Amino acid sequence: MLNKKNKTYYVCVFFFCLFVLFLYGPTFTIVLLSFQGPDGGLTFPLNGVSTYWFEELWRGGSVVDIGSAFKRSIILGVIVMVLTVLLSVSAGLAFRKKFWGSDTLFFATVASLIVPSIVLSLGVALQFRLLDDFTKWLGSTFDINYINEFFQTTLGMFTSGLGAQLTWTLPFGLLIMFAVFNRFDKSYEEAARDLGASPWKTFKEVVFPLIAPSIIGIALFGFTLSYDELARSSQVMGAGNTLPLELKGLTTTVTTPVIYALGTVTTFVSFSVIGISIACYIWLKRKKG
Amino acid sequence: MMKFLKLKPSVGLLSIPYSLIFIFFFFIPLILTFIISFWDYNEYSIIPDFIFENYSYIFKDCLNFKKDMCVTFKTYLSTFIFCFITWFFTLIIGFFVAYFLAFYVNSITWQIVLFLLCTIPFWTSNVIRMISWIPLLGRNGLVNDFLLSTGLVDAPQEWLLYSGFSIVLAFVHLYTLFMIVPIFNSMMRIDKSIIEAAYDNGANGLQILWNVIIPLCKPGIVIGSIFVITVVMGDFITIGIMGGQQIPSIGKIIYVEMSYLQLPAAAANAVILLALTLLIIWIMTKMIDIRKEL
Repeated sequence: MLNKKNKTYYVCVFFFCLFVLFLYGPTFTIVLLSFQGPDGGLTFPLNGVSTYWFEELWRGGSVVDIGSAFKRSIILGVIVMVLTVLLSVSAGLAFRKKFWGSDTLFFATVASLIVPSIVLSLGVALQFRLLDDFTKWLGSTFDINYINEFFQTTLGMFTSGLGAQLTWTLPFGLLIMFAVFNRFDKSYEEAARDLGASPWKTFKEVVFPLIAPSIIGIALFGFTLSYDELARSSQVMGAGNTLPLELKGLTTTVTTPVIYALGTVTTFVSFSVIGISIACYIWLKRKKG
Repeated sequence: MMKFLKLKPSVGLLSIPYSLIFIFFFFIPLILTFIISFWDYNEYSIIPDFIFENYSYIFKDCLNFKKDMCVTFKTYLSTFIFCFITWFFTLIIGFFVAYFLAFYVNSITWQIVLFLLCTIPFWTSNVIRMISWIPLLGRNGLVNDFLLSTGLVDAPQEWLLYSGFSIVLAFVHLYTLFMIVPIFNSMMRIDKSIIEAAYDNGANGLQILWNVIIPLCKPGIVIGSIFVITVVMGDFITIGIMGGQQIPSIGKIIYVEMSYLQLPAAAANAVILLALTLLIIWIMTKMIDIRKEL
């Protein structure tokens, strides 16, 4: 059979190892190079080992205000994560039965993953631009002082930026919920109901504990995809840039290993989040079993 | 049972917040993009109108076959070529990685661990994963060092970075996962007894692969292909960074027009890009029902 350890098996193992090396090798090199000595450049060899470039990054020398971009990205990531979990779990529950518009919503979900991000980013930017024009028109027509004096734009990280990112994270959340409920054993739930539990209580005591590990997965998608999102965010963040947007700008301007140091830091954040999520997942699974 | 259904018609209402996000940040923006693609504009503002100039400008000179191919067609052609090459490599690599995971890794735990190993990079920054090729492929990078020291070449190779090659490499690096996941999913649904039956009837490994596994993986292959093709079609970041900002793409046209505030022109380009993308997907989904695959 296929699982016999013949020649093909070893070819496959070798191929898989190459693939993993291809996946992680480059990232590993920039982590290594970020510990370059102060005289080192963007490529090998390592001129000594130091944390010089991390200190440089910390001081903010030659680099735009990375600290606040980092903070903004984390805050936005957490908000996107919470909303992704809440909205996709509740929509997932709704999708267990057909409802008015369910087909359209499913279509939108899949379409949102496939629509070119630049098109969506443009669309949201246009929408908020029109909203701005409309608000200004309101201000001048009805002589609303507040608008005339203070209003600048509706475009911003927590309005258009948040919405654009949700169109990217929510589909992953809902698809995970579909996968969960397709394999879900309904008998527990029915038992709870037969014993007189209210719908809310059935959800809280029975359904939620069963789907909790998958919710960790949704949260992981929500945070990491927002934290690294670039294409959809590119036109809609308003004044304050997120970390990936700053990073993209830096690729053309920075010529020192400070960019690798930044890469190491953000990769470290991503890996920590992934690690914590996996640990939580395993813990929840164990608890259940 | 019917009575029970009637008692709680409210479950569907749980989808309202989710729906609102899609109405406000998906449907309306796309409709507005379509409308504004017919508007006029000047340096400062966009002006409501109903003109076709934004479209005719895109295809200006395109119907003059005596001259060289117009810029628009050249850009589309270049993007299609990137799509095709990336699709080809992600499919081959993705298929065999999924094949290994599904059929050669026997313990579920190892399957999960190795699958996660392939997935984790997806949750890290794309930009970082792109620039991480610089120390390898650059003029003084490891690959050039190696080639020079072994005497294979006598001058540093310039085509390794900021070229079509590095763009495809980055695409394959970033998006092979989009192939692995759906194909692996399809493979895990294959009833192992079908394969055993084929084996018992004397089929060899290659015949099983070609006549049993590949046909049964078709849905996964189609879904993965849709993802990879659409993501490359609209790309402007990878082509920008890995092409050294020198190589054009459809997404980049839109991006540049937006930075000059030529929004209706950008909208017209977006509509065409979207229409093309939908056409490709429509052709591909003719083959399968996505919803069954989850």
